[in-house]
Amino acid sequence: MRPCGVFDTRYELDIAIIRTPLHWFLLCAFLALFFTVVPVVVPEYWLHIINLIGISIIAVLGLSILTGYCGQISLGQSAFMAVGAYVTAILGTTLNIPFWICIPVSGLCSGVIGLLFGLPSLRVRGFYLAMSTLAAQYIIIWIIIHGGQVTQGIHAFLISPPTLGNFAFTTENRIFYIIMVCAAALIYFSQNLIRSRVGRAFIAVRDNDLAAGILGINVFYYKLVAFFLSAFYAGIAGSLWCFFQQAISYEQFHLMQSIWYLGMIIVGGMGSTLGAIFGTVFLTMIDVLTRYFGPLAGQYFPFLGAGISSALGQGLFGITIMVFLIFEPRGLVHWWENIKTFFRLWPLAYRIS
Amino acid sequence: MNTFLEYLLSGLLSGAIYGIIAIGIVVIYKSSSIFNFAHGELTAIGCFFVWSLLVEFQIPFVFVILIAISMSFAMGFLIEKVILRPLIGQPILTSIMVTIGLSQFLAALILVIWPGTGRVFPHFLPTGEVNLFGIVIAVNDVFAFSVCVAILLLFTFLFKYTRIGVAMRATAEDHQLAQADGIEVTKIFALCWGIAIIMASIGGVLVGYSHGVSFWLADVGIKAFPAVIFGGLESIAGAFLGGLAVGVLENLGGGYLDSYVGGGVKEIVPFGIMLLVLIFKPYGLFGYKRIERI
Repeated sequence: MRPCGVFDTRYELDIAIIRTPLHWFLLCAFLALFFTVVPVVVPEYWLHIINLIGISIIAVLGLSILTGYCGQISLGQSAFMAVGAYVTAILGTTLNIPFWICIPVSGLCSGVIGLLFGLPSLRVRGFYLAMSTLAAQYIIIWIIIHGGQVTQGIHAFLISPPTLGNFAFTTENRIFYIIMVCAAALIYFSQNLIRSRVGRAFIAVRDNDLAAGILGINVFYYKLVAFFLSAFYAGIAGSLWCFFQQAISYEQFHLMQSIWYLGMIIVGGMGSTLGAIFGTVFLTMIDVLTRYFGPLAGQYFPFLGAGISSALGQGLFGITIMVFLIFEPRGLVHWWENIKTFFRLWPLAYRIS
Repeated sequence: MNTFLEYLLSGLLSGAIYGIIAIGIVVIYKSSSIFNFAHGELTAIGCFFVWSLLVEFQIPFVFVILIAISMSFAMGFLIEKVILRPLIGQPILTSIMVTIGLSQFLAALILVIWPGTGRVFPHFLPTGEVNLFGIVIAVNDVFAFSVCVAILLLFTFLFKYTRIGVAMRATAEDHQLAQADGIEVTKIFALCWGIAIIMASIGGVLVGYSHGVSFWLADVGIKAFPAVIFGGLESIAGAFLGGLAVGVLENLGGGYLDSYVGGGVKEIVPFGIMLLVLIFKPYGLFGYKRIERI
């Protein structure tokens, strides 16, 4: 629902992302505060988590384009992240290429691999497609483990920190800028993509691909574009992950991670950029809090046994997904819309939907 | 030649178990068109449960079988009623995600109830070795294989000739027509879940008996996915054949290629096959190629 008095008189206004001067003001103020105050004020640990959220948002946005908008299910997002991370590790550390080249190149490499595993989408969909991306997850990780000297196999790959001239991005608040600039740019890109011709084609393919084909949309082409973009985002997320962790190993890109990313778009709300952000923040906070409370739960409730500290996060994640799917399939973003509507009508609303 | 036969035989023996687990997935998919991603964890839970009954509670073997079967069945019923009943008619992604959420929950449950490693079954199957075409195999593996075949025959009989089996096949064919004939479709769904989880538990116990009870069993369950895809999602015989094929191919691949690439081929051969099947024959060997209507 629009704010009072805002009407669309031109097509550009109808598809506008930001409609009112107040929106503009809030956005600019938020960005200015976020980039100047947060890295200085926030303590190291929470900055670490904010950076983690930033990286996850990029990966989840990619998945949101593929699954939320184009309707193709992928269980391999973290494997595509692994591709990006290892390309960055090889380029940046082994070959000493500057980081601002590494990041887009690893995005592109990952995108091409994503295209490869998107090929089955020509013939299959639904469960079958989920299966083929599950295969991607296993095969890519296997290749990394058996990559010998190039990927250092099962050993951790130590990364040299990104540098710009003499300035090394070594601490959390310096890495923060790289991650958040990428995240902001990619959020803007995906939001913009969705209101373009490509985005509308994605939505048509999601809603009914046969009907979309009859309307003259090249279904296979757009599915592949979605796979490419999704893996591209994952590649960039992986590349940033590499600089963020400064040591990568195949274990960080487990199937579980892909499943968490899928859960994030479910919890946030499918087919919404804002939803992807909400879901990421929500589930990452669950993860962080259970890491803190899990050992405590083991201490205070000894009958739960030693396993609880590691199982609490996973169990809560499973329950959260099931509860959201059964009771609020439109996700957190729907609550956000309801809250906004409430305050726009308040105090003169005669019916609150 | 002898090594080839050895790989082939051991592949067939382990493949039969994949086949049994895969049949469970097919039974659920046929009745309610839900692909159960939690099947791996259910396999593991079944095995852990039987282990607990046998070792921790020291219950005689015959009763363990009865308790395990009825509990598995109850669990399937419960899952269907609580989690999947509210989601009937939702898009595919929803049903996929809800079973994935279930799998995460069950995995956490296993970690809480059965933490740590190093559990083994006491010997309840006959021990010893037999010599088959010059290849020595353990008797308990042969026994496991024959259990799988017996179960396959039993369920084929159930589906073909009993009243409830016919109702199940009718439901798989068309929900509305089945309902018009007085079949309670939701009851059939619950029944199928119960049966599927019994199958998963049996598979889990058979694998756990020879390889030790650990969380790794969930990965065995995941290997049933390629088997299902290979045989086609709608065919029970296909799922069993797919299981055999996956078992044989992973053993052959692991046996012949491991020395060239440094091990671990066995783990990805099933998924490589699955990818190829999906690209070249997406509906598997016996799956229906559905004609889509708008």
